[in-house]
Amino acid sequence: MNMIRKLKVVKYALIGAALSFSAQVQAGDTIKVGVLHSLSGTMAISESTLKDTVLMMIDEQNKAGGVMGKQLEAVVVDPASNWPLFAEKTRELISKKKVDVIFGCWTSVSRKSVLPVLEELNGLLFYPVQYEGEESSKNVFYTGAAPNQQAIPAVDYLMNDLEVERWVLAGTDYVYPRTTNKILEAYLKAKGVKSKDIMINYTPFGHSDWQSIVSDIKKFGSRGKKTAVVSTINGDANVPFYKELGNQGITADNIPVVAFSVGEEELSGIDTKPLVGHLAAWNYFMSVDADVNNEFIKSWQKFVKNKKRVSNDPMEATYIGFKMWVKAVEKAGTTDTDAVEKAMIGIAVPNLTGGIATMMPNHHLTKPVLIGEIQEDGQFEVVWKTNGTVVGDAWSDFLPGSKDLISDWRAPLACGNYNVKTGKCSGQNF
Amino acid sequence: MASGLILLQGACAKQEPKMNQSSAANQISSGILYASRALLLLLTGLIVAWIFTSTALADEVGFEQAVQQLTTRKFRDKEKAVKQLADIQDKRTLPVLQALLDARLYYRKSDKRVVIVVPIDGQYQLSDPLNGEQLGTAAKRQLKKIGINNKLRKLLKAKLASLSLESPDVEVRLAAVEQMLGHLDEAQADYITRLAEQEQDEDVRDAMGSALALHQLEHGSDEQRLQAISLLSGNLSQVVNNHLQALLEKNEQGEFLETNTTLRKAASRALDLISSRLQINSIIETTFFGLSLGSVLLLAAIGLAITFGVMGVINMAHGELIMLGAYTTYLVQSAMPNYTDLSLIVAVPAAFIVSGLFGIMIERFVIRHLYGRPLETLLATFGVSLILQQLVRTVISAQNVAVSNPSWMSGSWQINAALSLTYNRLFIFIFAMVVFVALLLILKKTALGLQVRAVSQNRPMAQAMGIRSGWVDAMTFGLGSGVAGIAGVALSQLTNVGPNMGQAYIIDSFMVVVFGGVGNLWGTFVGALSLGAANKFIEPWSGAVLAKIIVLVFIIMFIQKYPRGLFPQKGRSAEN
Repeated sequence: MNMIRKLKVVKYALIGAALSFSAQVQAGDTIKVGVLHSLSGTMAISESTLKDTVLMMIDEQNKAGGVMGKQLEAVVVDPASNWPLFAEKTRELISKKKVDVIFGCWTSVSRKSVLPVLEELNGLLFYPVQYEGEESSKNVFYTGAAPNQQAIPAVDYLMNDLEVERWVLAGTDYVYPRTTNKILEAYLKAKGVKSKDIMINYTPFGHSDWQSIVSDIKKFGSRGKKTAVVSTINGDANVPFYKELGNQGITADNIPVVAFSVGEEELSGIDTKPLVGHLAAWNYFMSVDADVNNEFIKSWQKFVKNKKRVSNDPMEATYIGFKMWVKAVEKAGTTDTDAVEKAMIGIAVPNLTGGIATMMPNHHLTKPVLIGEIQEDGQFEVVWKTNGTVVGDAWSDFLPGSKDLISDWRAPLACGNYNVKTGKCSGQNF
Repeated sequence: MASGLILLQGACAKQEPKMNQSSAANQISSGILYASRALLLLLTGLIVAWIFTSTALADEVGFEQAVQQLTTRKFRDKEKAVKQLADIQDKRTLPVLQALLDARLYYRKSDKRVVIVVPIDGQYQLSDPLNGEQLGTAAKRQLKKIGINNKLRKLLKAKLASLSLESPDVEVRLAAVEQMLGHLDEAQADYITRLAEQEQDEDVRDAMGSALALHQLEHGSDEQRLQAISLLSGNLSQVVNNHLQALLEKNEQGEFLETNTTLRKAASRALDLISSRLQINSIIETTFFGLSLGSVLLLAAIGLAITFGVMGVINMAHGELIMLGAYTTYLVQSAMPNYTDLSLIVAVPAAFIVSGLFGIMIERFVIRHLYGRPLETLLATFGVSLILQQLVRTVISAQNVAVSNPSWMSGSWQINAALSLTYNRLFIFIFAMVVFVALLLILKKTALGLQVRAVSQNRPMAQAMGIRSGWVDAMTFGLGSGVAGIAGVALSQLTNVGPNMGQAYIIDSFMVVVFGGVGNLWGTFVGALSLGAANKFIEPWSGAVLAKIIVLVFIIMFIQKYPRGLFPQKGRSAEN
């Protein structure tokens, strides 16, 4: 009896010791990776997927031996789709939790709110979503598409392959659609499209009554010239929009809609019948048949234990960003922000569509551009793609304010917005 | 066979000189000559027949090849195959092309045989496009769909239109003529002219007439064109409008492209008539849009009109009760996947019960304890709304779910060439009216309604008369919540079904109820429809964002002046 009790005590003591020891090992020898994606609120639909992607990448990296012999440790916080909270959570991640890198943000407004904190505390952020450009921060790597890697090639496709002459630019009323449409309008006008052949329309977030707008589009599109809709309509508002299109008899062969915010994830919550044939422009589609993509999808579905889960473009951007960061840390031999930043430029990793992504000096990537048609099963069939990859352009060449600006974070220049005309770096931090 | 005959003919020719030698044989020889001529004739006939059958054979082979070629991955080759199929005059072409357009043309993975499928109970029934033979059933994964792109879709529609001009179905013929409107070639124009003479249906004949007139406007003599314009005058089709407009276009020097002045004058008169008719159409259309938006607002708000208006409870979870109704629709639909058309009708009572039960639970467990403390009720029900949202996120999914439209709610009702009303909006408008009338009857004509009104007007007196006021409260709240659930069924047909959908409607609902006047169903009715209509009439010139703001500003100002809304409550109960 006594003996047994003693043994038990020893056992507990041993377990306790082992636990405290392993905790020490953990504390001393891990690299902390911050994950800043909304897990509640309106953006949870899209962002929680990216959180899972980062966790999967960390898991895989740890199984493969970690980075520089150290294990990675995820620090997940929930900014709850609340933009000011993004800034607070960033401060918490960098100053309190001492993370070495952050993967996060989705909306542009959340990125803008995080930016001053990152620059003040010299943090490192990988931003994985397509955005409107006009930004290049020393502390941010943009692994999603810039407008010239999504919007402009899509318009080129419509113009050259589908011979579109009239344009509807429809978007949700916030910064990404407004800037993208400004760029597109300037681009179309430079290509000789007249003002009367461009219709611009903005709607509030979550707009659900599309009757009059779709009826206007129908009238605009029946003037004898081929018409297309370029849609930067965001999130939930897409479902009633496409439903109304279908009900009013607008099909993809009379007026095709090319969307920049509708991917596999969004389609999985929609009855896709009325959408068949409409287009989307991305740098990745789940349906792309490449070995590395098939493998990625397999491990993703295994990780979330759901055979039906889809993959999408921002996931690929997260994948590329993570792989690049690992490579850069190994190249620099440290997780120090400045060293990693320097090492990042020029890093090349395979993307998921069978090509190579390279980090350019302006902190943007090289990407292929794909145009896909929506199929009845919610997947895309690629109908067009660029030859090779396109270099992301931080400052658009089609806006008067930014066409003279370049960004180059390499040694002598080290500036995010250098004006080639005046030869000056404006000195603003982004 | 043919080559054998040629040999025979050669043999006869060789014999001829020999037979000429005797006069006796002359007759015979002429007989033989005659015979050989007859043979020659027969031969030619046979050869012609052979050529004929061989072209038929070539068509047969071509048809088979073209169908097989559809299995190629390259869209350009598919396009060629479709064109080839359309050129072959064959009865089987139409079903194949139609199946391709409807995504019902597959090929078997095992032997690459092209099949037309009909889905039955999760299985596919196969038939051979070549000879119509039934090939049994197969599972989806044994088959591969033949994909098409937009270019092909367009080509298919054009080819199908010209193939179905002689269809026995009037609707199909009409659609075919309308599809071809404005781009006829000479051969098609002749073909349609012939068809128009035999056409029985008046609408189709009219459509054919406009198509031919449009063709003459492009290609005819000046006199024919003038006639065509007078025929097309008042036609609301946008294609006609474009062609007439083109007559009035100027070149860069400001000179008219069309030199004939009489024609131009006629065209501009025709256009004036068209545009005045279009104006009337567009007013009707906007009114419909407004009423339809109003009916959605009415559905969302009418449950609140009962809980807030009659009971005075500020229920922030009202939107979530709508959401629960929408999710019930989704669950009902996934429980009966083969009966989409029916599932919506089943969903209405189901959603009423589900949301109603949740409402009663909220009333019994939360609100009951907070009567007379509006601020606490507001906070508590806000908390309930968050709980319900998270409940759906955890139990079902954080992602939106797909609710499909039944066939009778898809598409639109084409009134004339320029005016069409979508069925889903039309049904929802009617549905909203039915729900409103039903609620009105419940409150005015039933015992429950009487008790509800009694309790809301004077609670102690009602209690003194033997009414169980607690029970009435629960039932009233349940009724309001159930109606919110029904609204969810309707909204699932228009917008997203997701955990956040309720929040989009809570503000609008309160807006309508406050504007219409608290405690008055008619106020809610008039408030919803007039706000909807105002929104839609402002939208065309201000844009959707500004329209919403203008309406909100208007309501703020209205409430300043008339704090009790459009239809204020009168009498003693209005005082407190």
